[in-house]
Amino acid sequence: MEMKSEKPMSKMAMLNLFLKGSKVLFVIAILSSALVSALEAVTPQIIRVVVDYCLDGHPESVPGFVQRWLNSLGGRDFVLRHLYLAGAAVLVIAAGQAVFRYLNQYMNTRATEKMVKTARDLLYAHIERLPFSWHMKNQTGDIIQRCTSDMNTVRMFVSEQLVQVIRIVITMAFSLVMMLLMSPRLTLVVLFSVPFLCVFSFVFYQKVGHYFLECEENEGVLSAMAQENLTGVRVVRAFGRENFERERFGKQNRKYTDVWMKLCRILALYWASGDFLTEVQILTIVVVGSILCVNGQMSAGELIAFVSYNRQLIWPVRRLGRMLSDMSKAGVSMDRLLYILNSPAEEWPGSEEPSMEGDICFDHVTFGYEGEEVLSDVSLTIPGGSTLGILGSTGSGKTTLMHLLNGLYNPDKGEISISGVPIRNISLPWLRRHVGIVLQEPFLFSRTLLENITIAAETDRRKVDEAVRIAALDESVERFAKGYDTVVGERGVTLSGGQKQRTAIARMLVQDSPVMIFDDSLSAVDAETDEKIRHALRKVMGEKTVILISHRVATLMEADQIIVLENHRIAQQGTHRELLNQPGLYRRIYEIQNPEGGDV
Amino acid sequence: MDEKKETYTKLPWFGLGKVGPYLAPYRRKMISMVVLGLLGTVLDVGNPMFFSYALTHFVERGTLVGLGPFVAVYLGAIVLVVLANCISAYRTCEVELYVGRDMRQAGFDHLQTLSFSYYNQNSVGYIHARVMSDTDRIGGWIAWGIMECVWNFSYLFGIIGVMLFLNWRMAALILTLVPVTVVLAAYFQTKMIVLGRKVREINSRITGHYNEGITGAKTIKTLVIEDKMQRTFEEETELMRSTSVHMAHFRSLFLSAISFSASCALALVLWRGGVITARGAMEIGTLSVFMSYALGMMEPIQWIIRALSELVNVQVNIERFTRLMETASEVADTPEVVEKYGDSFCPKKENWEPLYGDVEFQDVSFRYPDGEEMIFEHFSLKVPQGTNVAIVGETGAGKSTLVNLLCRFFEPTGGRILVDGKDVRDRSQLWLHSHIGYVIQTPHLFSGSIAENLRYAKPDATLEEMKAAMQAVAADSIPKRMGNGYDSQVGEGGDLLSTGEKQLISFARAVLSDPRIFVLDEATSSIDTVTEKKIQDATEMMLKGRTSFVIAHRLSTIRRADVILMVDNGKIIERGTHTELMNRKGAYYRLYMRQCSLEAVKTAEA
Repeated sequence: MEMKSEKPMSKMAMLNLFLKGSKVLFVIAILSSALVSALEAVTPQIIRVVVDYCLDGHPESVPGFVQRWLNSLGGRDFVLRHLYLAGAAVLVIAAGQAVFRYLNQYMNTRATEKMVKTARDLLYAHIERLPFSWHMKNQTGDIIQRCTSDMNTVRMFVSEQLVQVIRIVITMAFSLVMMLLMSPRLTLVVLFSVPFLCVFSFVFYQKVGHYFLECEENEGVLSAMAQENLTGVRVVRAFGRENFERERFGKQNRKYTDVWMKLCRILALYWASGDFLTEVQILTIVVVGSILCVNGQMSAGELIAFVSYNRQLIWPVRRLGRMLSDMSKAGVSMDRLLYILNSPAEEWPGSEEPSMEGDICFDHVTFGYEGEEVLSDVSLTIPGGSTLGILGSTGSGKTTLMHLLNGLYNPDKGEISISGVPIRNISLPWLRRHVGIVLQEPFLFSRTLLENITIAAETDRRKVDEAVRIAALDESVERFAKGYDTVVGERGVTLSGGQKQRTAIARMLVQDSPVMIFDDSLSAVDAETDEKIRHALRKVMGEKTVILISHRVATLMEADQIIVLENHRIAQQGTHRELLNQPGLYRRIYEIQNPEGGDV
Repeated sequence: MDEKKETYTKLPWFGLGKVGPYLAPYRRKMISMVVLGLLGTVLDVGNPMFFSYALTHFVERGTLVGLGPFVAVYLGAIVLVVLANCISAYRTCEVELYVGRDMRQAGFDHLQTLSFSYYNQNSVGYIHARVMSDTDRIGGWIAWGIMECVWNFSYLFGIIGVMLFLNWRMAALILTLVPVTVVLAAYFQTKMIVLGRKVREINSRITGHYNEGITGAKTIKTLVIEDKMQRTFEEETELMRSTSVHMAHFRSLFLSAISFSASCALALVLWRGGVITARGAMEIGTLSVFMSYALGMMEPIQWIIRALSELVNVQVNIERFTRLMETASEVADTPEVVEKYGDSFCPKKENWEPLYGDVEFQDVSFRYPDGEEMIFEHFSLKVPQGTNVAIVGETGAGKSTLVNLLCRFFEPTGGRILVDGKDVRDRSQLWLHSHIGYVIQTPHLFSGSIAENLRYAKPDATLEEMKAAMQAVAADSIPKRMGNGYDSQVGEGGDLLSTGEKQLISFARAVLSDPRIFVLDEATSSIDTVTEKKIQDATEMMLKGRTSFVIAHRLSTIRRADVILMVDNGKIIERGTHTELMNRKGAYYRLYMRQCSLEAVKTAEA
């Protein structure tokens, strides 16, 4: 398949794309958090003023403008008499903080969820538009893993780490400025310890990264072991190996627990040393602060405020190291998402919308998949309105031929045309909408039966009833307690293979497309129902071009033209009569299926 | 299948009683975890006293006398607190991991004894989650949830006690805020629990959508419904977004409320405390203690409420796990049998009789435990040693029932099954299983080496024996191809091998166990003609001279059988030899003819 050579997207570009429509919200969240920090910086000052101005009797240490203002109000006595005003000030600030804290939290989630939605939608849309060959190459589980857990890592990166780091830096800035204003000397102690604490946790989390990995790996092994035991329960019982299983699981269970214990020991030591460093830092500030106070270089109020600022600062600093360390891991997840988003989407040049009722022509079509030849030099004309039957062994390329016709694959050589227009020139939705196909193993969506049938074409109930009747699904529908509203698929009722096939047939019939392909789509229904369905189909086939793929000669014999695919080529071609009169696979199979030699 | 079975039997006390037995061995660890945790909190509560002391004794009095001892005591307290917390946290980890480990093992062991009806009624994913994640969560809460409560309750009560001691009037004033905060926080948390469940539900639906979008990609393309699918997906992500935002509203209120109420407490302290201090009835140091307590007293409430709401979630895990542990096996050996032959974990092989291979179904009736319809009614069949029985029928017709009964994966509802003339219930399950070679349709290999997989059948098999077994089924080329001989890894579930190779190895495994009775569920999946031939030959080789039951798809296997049982809708509708059944021109005849043409198409190119 030709791919447009686009420049692959970078991580920044991807984040930018994800953040479309949520940047403003993030900015509001960050601004609110800055305001919270700013307000947080005010409260200790109120306390300081109350302590210094009123309680401790050091009004001179209060900043000049505050002193003058308080003096003008009536000095110490007035303030003491109206001390509730200080409480009220704290409350007003607290109220402001509460509002902005709410805004910060709320807006952050709003922004994050908006971003996650955008990213999920983008991923889903892109996956839907990736070529079929991409889907064949990649494992479902792996892609889902990328869309869920890697997506989550990126979400954490933006909402927890990126935003929090900014927030922490702002808080630090406010606290440090206030500290500097009060006592530059004591701030030196802080400035000295902050980077140390931050680096300490950063280095730690970088170092223990592999322990976390080891735990995860062991958990994976244990989980797989349980999984294998459960899926293989029959084998376990058949060989009487319950005891062996128990011991094996026990061994890994213990190992997993021990690995975690090792990590716990390290973590406990890390927490302890982190706590120790923090407490010693506070001790240093209390001691140095006391000395400064005794020497008259600082007031009691200032020391109390200083200690509050230090507390506001110390926890975020300890978290900062871990966050920076976690952020370094987000790159891997982004690359895993980029793998999906940078895979080129299905590309199809055509835009014509011709009549689809004309002849279908395969002109020397050759196609290979991953180096293996699937079809070689197939030429075939299916006159508009006629019926083609295809017989062939597994792997002879029948299904691929049909996939080429509706553009799931592109031929390596040769050309396919409908009504004289090469299909590459036809618009892809137009092509697929007009070429209806019932797959051998049909896929049903976890929706109701009715939604499944009308998923491709909104239609009235009468047409649905008709299609369901033709597909011989009516009895099954009646038997379901909820009829058409029965939910099927992964989260609903499990249908039998035959019921699935018949639902898929009804689904295609309501599409009313001029070209209909039945890819061995009656293999799971019994011969009687097969006959019934074919009989009913004959009436609607009328003007339509029909392609039938089957192992049953009875299904194929009425076709206007039958081809036999063998070894990736057309081995035989003709009508039922013609093929019966020549030696070959067709006749052999006919004879096996009709041992009496009579007509079916 | 999984969801509908969730009929909650609410256990009293959040089901914690059921966890008790798993905690018993760690009683001492738990006691030291709690005691050290309490010690840590006592010192935490005392912490602001140091600053208060410094303010009162040094700053207020303007002297540094006694600074040295002060630093020493302060440092000593820090070391103590850090040590106590460190050891307590480590103990908590131990309790979490050990309790989780023991529960996991108990669950796993119990599963080894459960009958197949349990496996049929519950998906592997569901059972797996019971053993792996439920136990994890229970262990996690038992350790950290309890510690969270211990730490925060003791801290809360500690500071309340100290405040009451320092100045009971002020303490009482501040305490009025506590109930208000508790009520508010509990209200928001309840809202969050409900929304949190909804978010998890939508989240799993979104994963389902991805799954559908990827596995159904071909169908989506052929139906040209990309846009429609996309719209449905976007509706779901929008619901996810709005629900999460709704939840964020309560979470934000919760956090704001907690910190606002702390500020209220601070405002009260500043006002009333300031007045008291100005009167000289309180030291500035004491005021600072009150201020730190005021700021710190609301957070414990937040943590306690979180831990308790976690408990509500963990209760579900406990209930599910308990239900697994309380499920009794529907096929169980009687005490007498266990007495004589031992159980699955400790067999008494010295008492085991050899098995010859006569099988008889005597008036057997059967109904699946979860089904309503009788599958067998008064079914009798004699299978002398060496007889080949083929069971045929459409996919999903219920061909494996007979085999399930023979292997005693299910017990008949009536009648009995005799092996060598003796009721199978008079011998242990392990005895029976050890003598039956069972090859399932989708061969199940375990991750590990080829040798490990072969030794699954016979733990003490020598290399020669393994080689002989592999040769017997013409699979000896596989170890060579894999590069590492018998030590070559087969990958998870044998993924590094082809379907045919997996089948051959599972054959060799069965041959190695040299059973007297063979049960073979033939694979329907198409494999290349060469391997197909090999498998046919291997099948023939295995069945020779042994009593065998084959769920057959291959004509060659069917034709060779001594007795053919034709199954439809779970019931045996025809039985006889190939010729007899062909002459009858019934269901078997039709099935056979269709199979013929399918095989003809398949082998056309061979």
